[in-house]
Amino acid sequence: MTQPINQPVTPAIQQLQMQGIVKRFPGVLAVNQVDFEVRAGEIHALLGENGAGKSTLMKMLYGLYQPDAGRILLNGAPVNIRSPHDAIQQGIGMIHQHFMLVPSLTAAENVALGMRSSRGLVLDTDRVGAQLRELAARYNLKVDPDIPVWQLAVGEQQRVEILRALYRGAALLILDEPTAVLTPQEVDDLFRVLRQMTADGHALIFISHKLHEVLAISQRVTVLRDGQKVATIPTAGATRLKLAEMMVGRPVVLEYERQPVQRGAARLSLHEVSARNDRGHEGLRQVSLRLCSGEIVGVAGVSGNGQRELAQVIAGLRPITGGSIQVDGRPVTTADPAAINALGVSHIPEERMVDGVIKEFTVAENLVLQEHGHPRFTRAGLFMNFRRIGEACREAIKAYEIKTPGGDTPIKNLSGGNIQKLVLARELSRRPQVLIAAQPTRGVDIGATEYIHRRLLAERDRGTAILLISEDLDEILALSDRILVMYEGRIVGEIPREQVNIQQLGALMAGSSPARPGD
Amino acid sequence: MTSQPHRLAWATALLYRAQGILPLAIALLLALIVASALLLALNASPIEAYSSMLRGAFGTENATAETLVKAIPILFVAIGICIAFRGGVTNIGGEGQMIAGAVAGITVTLALAQAPGIVIIPAAIVAAFVVGALYGGIAGFLKAYFNVNEILSTIMLNQVAVQLMNFLLNGPLLDPAEAGANHIPKTARIAEAAELPRLSFVLPEAVAGIFGTADLFGRTRLHYGLVLAVLLAALTYILLWRTIIGYRIRAVGESERAARYAGIHVKRYMVLSMMLAGGFAGLAGIVQVLGLQYRLQTDGSPAGFTGSAGFNGIVAALFGGLNPLGAVPAAIFFGGLLVGAQKMQRDLEVSASLITAINGLIVVFVVSSQIFTRRITRRQQAALRERPPIPEEASA
Ligand SMILES: Nc1ncnc2c1ncn2[C@@H]1O[C@H](COP(=O)(O)OP(=O)(O)O)[C@@H](O)[C@H]1O
Ligand SMILES: [Mg+2]
Repeated sequence: MTQPINQPVTPAIQQLQMQGIVKRFPGVLAVNQVDFEVRAGEIHALLGENGAGKSTLMKMLYGLYQPDAGRILLNGAPVNIRSPHDAIQQGIGMIHQHFMLVPSLTAAENVALGMRSSRGLVLDTDRVGAQLRELAARYNLKVDPDIPVWQLAVGEQQRVEILRALYRGAALLILDEPTAVLTPQEVDDLFRVLRQMTADGHALIFISHKLHEVLAISQRVTVLRDGQKVATIPTAGATRLKLAEMMVGRPVVLEYERQPVQRGAARLSLHEVSARNDRGHEGLRQVSLRLCSGEIVGVAGVSGNGQRELAQVIAGLRPITGGSIQVDGRPVTTADPAAINALGVSHIPEERMVDGVIKEFTVAENLVLQEHGHPRFTRAGLFMNFRRIGEACREAIKAYEIKTPGGDTPIKNLSGGNIQKLVLARELSRRPQVLIAAQPTRGVDIGATEYIHRRLLAERDRGTAILLISEDLDEILALSDRILVMYEGRIVGEIPREQVNIQQLGALMAGSSPARPGD
Repeated sequence: MTSQPHRLAWATALLYRAQGILPLAIALLLALIVASALLLALNASPIEAYSSMLRGAFGTENATAETLVKAIPILFVAIGICIAFRGGVTNIGGEGQMIAGAVAGITVTLALAQAPGIVIIPAAIVAAFVVGALYGGIAGFLKAYFNVNEILSTIMLNQVAVQLMNFLLNGPLLDPAEAGANHIPKTARIAEAAELPRLSFVLPEAVAGIFGTADLFGRTRLHYGLVLAVLLAALTYILLWRTIIGYRIRAVGESERAARYAGIHVKRYMVLSMMLAGGFAGLAGIVQVLGLQYRLQTDGSPAGFTGSAGFNGIVAALFGGLNPLGAVPAAIFFGGLLVGAQKMQRDLEVSASLITAINGLIVVFVVSSQIFTRRITRRQQAALRERPPIPEEASA
């Protein structure tokens, strides 16, 4: 195996080219005639909507898939990469969208795993650990190699992945949406590491669908759309608007015009609400908040700081261990989801494929998930009235621009964005007083995101009280009238729209500021 | 070019269908191949064996009738299993629920011995359904409210039911004419008025020639239980896919969390699915009594009364794609398998345990093909969530 450490890194990859690459999956042309090139010392961004073919293209470079056509040239000479093993030997490494570490092993053990050991079947963890420490120091990657991976935060796990790739001698590193799981601070840290790596002569491919990151980190950017390459341009000459248009294939709007906030009566109030999370620990700690008609209140925070529990508690899906909740002044602390629904509370759940829809049910059946027993959709109080449901479904499909072959298609066949539009259609059609929108555009393409955002703003102007829970800071900033920050189950700060300051927000999200909400 | 997407969609739909049936066909084929090996090992010709089986199941008017007679209790159980499995509860308690229904039904039948058939039969059927439902409901209740695994509880309840039936048939329900030391454990015979009528088809002259009789099934044991079962299969189809209750049952079965989100009382519907399944198994029990045996009797063994219909019904339901309408041909298939096997045993003079083994093989292969298909679907869904399936580097 590779013995790269201790000497200064001398990457062997000057230039890597992919030419005319084609990859088909049953029923999809995932990558169609794509040319791509990356050189030592540059960060080349690969930008595209979900499903554009970014991961597929890079998995071919890493030997996970074989191209159906086209060739790969390393320093000008054709190479055949048949497996990740081949790729690693050629100096190509990849950090996947989802990490592939064994949770019960330490970082050192994870790295040693899959390497030939000098001690036969026993892992060389001591030696590996020492070398990892050196590497970590050089790139300023803060990681303790001797802690089991499951105890590490996501950002740390990612650093372990990067270390592993470097340890194996990666001269070219592919990072597949590496920022999706990071806080703003961690993103900054990662960018510093990446710049250090290019200074050392590494070639980096940075996959993302976030425009500002691409603009911040890359020297060149290649945009993919529907498996095809739109163009490769120098980042210096690009703007957010231009990149977004290339990505979506039509002009898009990134900033919304918004009416001044018309705050009305309090619709939802929580008083010192506590609840346990799925592991039985305190997930929510004495959360108090007030949500008024006509405003969007954003809840920012790093994943897993109680946002999920907050939404579920309000929707009646999670019992509370203390405190009280009121909707329109009526106590709903112990009410069940149906009763809370009936009071005019709609909920766009975070995990739409688990909570929000039933995958095996049709689009039409999913449209009436809560109202399937309503006289409007039934006959004789016993039978479903599929004619009426079908009519409502056709209306929703039209009004919300849902792309589906029809109402009778199982919903699992729709794309994430279209499923979310259906959920939105369903939740808004009840004309809610209160709307809990949890991660409403996660995994949704730009077109649908823009649509959903507009609808939420329109709903706010109509007088609905909206609680927007999101890990996407851009979304929080674009829509919220007030921002609450959650950390470890508490609301640790409240910032009005006019006073937003990204640094302060990031600090609150990381739990490093003692600021308390001004309640 | 324009017709391309359309043709593709059509092909995809076909493929989708085939995906459902293909594993079943393969499972059956594999079972037959393994069974062939067993037969060869015993010096019997597989071809002869299978053709004898086919003749035994459908070769004559009487053979076909016997196949249908065997299919009836299997179908009743299978209908209930469709509901249970669609509702997300794994009911293995068909045997016990059949017994519970039969015991309740025969008690009512014997108590009403003087009443006309039009009273006795419905009363017995209702009693069997209700008691079967209550018996199934126990396991549903324990699962919903105390998180007791329903597979374990239903299996245990099967044992309880067998013991209870043996006790009753040797005591309180014992035929008075049988009293004595070496009695056979059975109830008194039911009144003639309580018998389910025999089922036959009067054929017009033109067709009569083809079948060689003008009164098809006229001299066989086929009874009206078949009509009731097929009717209920159709009604259950409507229940599951056309009613509010069916929507809720299926919602709970597909995703408890989404059902909760939808405001459905998940626990109640779990209990209900189990009760309906138990009720249908109870019907299987009473229809065996009123249509075929005319009394409740057993040899004391676990399947002495049920003939394992409570288990075969599960396989038939899976074979029918958990659709009550699909369960109809599936139950007939299994009926044919059981009846045909008896003939094969006589013709080839192989041991009875070989037949049990072959049936068992089919069951094992079919059930594992179902698990296999489910795992594939789950894996496909996982792939959709963009999780790479294997940590490939570990093997590098
Ligand atoms: N293993 C696979 N089998 C079938 N289709 C796939 C597979 N992987 C990706 N696809 C399809 O290929 C297209 C491109 O996917 P992907 O490369 O993951 O996009 P991106 O990474 O840009 O979001 C999508 O339509 C996706 O559904
Ligand atoms: Mg991807």
